[in-house]
Amino acid sequence: MTSPEEGTGGPGARTHSLRAFTAILAKDLRVELRTLQAVPAMVLFAVTTFVLFRYGLDRTSLSGSLAAGVLLATVLFAAILAINRLFVPERDEGGFDAIRLAPVDGSALLAAKAAALIVYLVVLEAVALPVFGVFFLDTWTGVAPLAGVLLLTDLGLAATGVLVSQIGANSRARDLLVPLVLLPLLVPVMIAAANSAQRLLAAGGPSYGGIGKWLAVLALYDVTFLLVAYAVYDFVLED
Amino acid sequence: MKVPSLRAQAAATVAALGAGFALVFFYAPLDADQGFIQKIFYLHVPLAICALLGFVVAAGHAIRHLRTGDPVHDARSYVSIHLSVIFGVGVLLTGSIWARASWGKWWVWDEPTLVSFLIVFLLYATYYPLRYAIEDRDRQARYASVFAITAGAFVPLNFVAVRMAQSLVHPRVFATAEGGLPGSMLFTFCVCLLGMSLLWLTLVRFELAAKSASAKLSRLRRALEGETYGPPSGSRIAPGVPSRAASPG
Repeated sequence: MTSPEEGTGGPGARTHSLRAFTAILAKDLRVELRTLQAVPAMVLFAVTTFVLFRYGLDRTSLSGSLAAGVLLATVLFAAILAINRLFVPERDEGGFDAIRLAPVDGSALLAAKAAALIVYLVVLEAVALPVFGVFFLDTWTGVAPLAGVLLLTDLGLAATGVLVSQIGANSRARDLLVPLVLLPLLVPVMIAAANSAQRLLAAGGPSYGGIGKWLAVLALYDVTFLLVAYAVYDFVLED
Repeated sequence: MKVPSLRAQAAATVAALGAGFALVFFYAPLDADQGFIQKIFYLHVPLAICALLGFVVAAGHAIRHLRTGDPVHDARSYVSIHLSVIFGVGVLLTGSIWARASWGKWWVWDEPTLVSFLIVFLLYATYYPLRYAIEDRDRQARYASVFAITAGAFVPLNFVAVRMAQSLVHPRVFATAEGGLPGSMLFTFCVCLLGMSLLWLTLVRFELAAKSASAKLSRLRRALEGETYGPPSGSRIAPGVPSRAASPG
């Protein structure tokens, strides 16, 4: 990729991996802003899925576990769209080679990609959550705390997503392999997030009883897989 | 530590499993609640424990593979996962039979232990397509180890999450308010567990020995035919095994 912004990380990256991190993240976000490949597709996918659910379930309002399931399944599959594409430009346009040539720590790339994925997911949710509310919700009181649950979910999605995406990018059956490996790995995230969200989306306003332990499971998953990804990432990075 | 020969270990496995099943049928008392069908417990639970421990062992080998770069550890990790997946099929089958007999259904979805085991099993089933999708052998081995470590960390987390999510109808035989298993059942169970662990270890060693023998054979055959090129024979996703891999580590 011969974009001018690579120059911004040039001399600084040599001394500081934080600058490498910001440079790669800025590069990814700028590429996304110019090409608009991932986020619009995710948003469109999410909105279409809500429409499908609306007519498929034939319900005008949802609450509790059904609402949580519709929202989280949609976010999950939209995330897989982005995770599939996350490393494709790096691989096709030689970004990996450039990063490996530069004396940059592999974990800077990992952190930058995870951060980019989180940004994509936050933008997606910023659009999808209001749409979800308009389509399905009677009361909006649970939506604000729900954003916090979604943020924890995004962290988990990013930690495992980056690792699996990197593995998938160098395999033959990329589009097949990523969802195949990722979905079972994300089951605990989905269980914890759905159980938290179903309390917040309960009919007649959110209830906070028992939500703490689910948030704890979610946080535990995030921390564990961020650490695992950090520990093994150097081995999946191409040499 | 001196490693016993494969033959001696196989004999010990047969003896332990034989003794275990003899105890199951002639010594352990009938369960007051479930009757005869409860005896499948002595097969089902040791299988499950061995399968899950095997996944953890595979993660350990994978860590050593990444640290040392020695393909022996990759081969051990592969064989451990392979046998644990096979044991996992056994767990799902025996669990289904037990569920059918005692709860009247082949599968119960709000049962955390069943569901979490199924998820772990599905995750490890993707180990094979993962290996198959990467052609370069070196990279395949590295990625497989990364997968084995990630999945190894996933196993306990998954059990926490799924168990919290649902009710507890699966029997908690070791830690109940009444004090758990009576002594004779516990003794029988321990013998069965020992036999099953020995079976797992023996099969791992056997498969490693078979792989290294077939690698040696194809090397010899190539040397005999004067070929110095061509791909190694055997399946493409199984790692190549150096001849010293047959001793357990």
